[in-house]
Amino acid sequence: MAKFRKEGGKRLPAISTASLPDIIFMLLFFFMTTTTMKENTMMVDLKLPEATELTKLEKKSLAKYVYIGVPKRELQKQNGTEARVQLDDAFAKKPADVGVYIAKKRDAMPESDQPLMIVSLKVDKDTKMGVVTDVKQELRKAYACRIYYTANERSNSY
Amino acid sequence: MKKREIQEINASSMADISFLLLIFFLVTTSMATDKGLFRTLPPPVEQKKQNEEIEVNKRNIMLVLVNSSDKLMVNGEVMDVMSLKEKAKEFIDNPANKENLPEKETVDIDYFGKCRITTKHVISLQNDRGTSYQAYIAVQNELVAAYNELRDEISAKKFEGRKYSQLTESEQEAVRKYYPLKISEAEPKNYGQVTGGAQ
Repeated sequence: MAKFRKEGGKRLPAISTASLPDIIFMLLFFFMTTTTMKENTMMVDLKLPEATELTKLEKKSLAKYVYIGVPKRELQKQNGTEARVQLDDAFAKKPADVGVYIAKKRDAMPESDQPLMIVSLKVDKDTKMGVVTDVKQELRKAYACRIYYTANERSNSY
Repeated sequence: MKKREIQEINASSMADISFLLLIFFLVTTSMATDKGLFRTLPPPVEQKKQNEEIEVNKRNIMLVLVNSSDKLMVNGEVMDVMSLKEKAKEFIDNPANKENLPEKETVDIDYFGKCRITTKHVISLQNDRGTSYQAYIAVQNELVAAYNELRDEISAKKFEGRKYSQLTESEQEAVRKYYPLKISEAEPKNYGQVTGGAQ
């Protein structure tokens, strides 16, 4: 008995996608472990300054953030084009707000961590020091003396 | 009796679910790790004390001024950011024991024994309200670099060519005592015209 092949009968088998979920899960876990939740939505334009002698912020739970920069384009109508201080999701109305904000954040921390609190200053590199100095003075008044000038790594040094 | 086969669970939607999760995490998280220059601010000054300036011998101070056009002046002479590190290193270490550089004192430190170091030196950094943040950080960076290089050098000399970062905790502390970081961010003053934006 002879069998004849049907013409064009041999089709390519469908590519198995059974391993696709596994691959995606692997990606998912990679991103879950290497990244951290965003602290805040940015309301200011931030281009960090560059430096070489940087140290890593060891414990992120101890860090509280203060952002300084020019408001984003869509927010400039209400907030102007001068550098402003962003605390959480709002702009500081007066310099003294920084002290109040820091005190509030410190009270929310566990007592053992309170003296270890670090204030991370994320400041746009074109900001004038006047605004930064005001914030620094407020931080001193609030006894938040451990600060962190956040910067980006620069490869070449002078 | 015919054996009934257990139906396989359809897993084709699994990929979609995990895709959804993946995209959620991609959007809500950020990769950037925080790096920066750590600094401790002095506690607030009381109103009474503000007027009394603390007496410091002039040779022990290195006064670094940054003006509103980001130009640098160190102890009265104009300087480049590039040469600041070398100047600061010479100031902190005072290797030739010069008259116009900080005075040395004999201090007893673990691992080093009795050694003569400049305990009283202070680098005073003053800036204008109009100085740009980038320039300020660049100056801070150079000063920290000067300390780091000195610490690396003394570590290599003392601990068989190891760098400061490779030392044990107690050895690092000894090195830190040998070259204590003394950068003072002075009370704000205005130099020249005010161009910085206030709140």
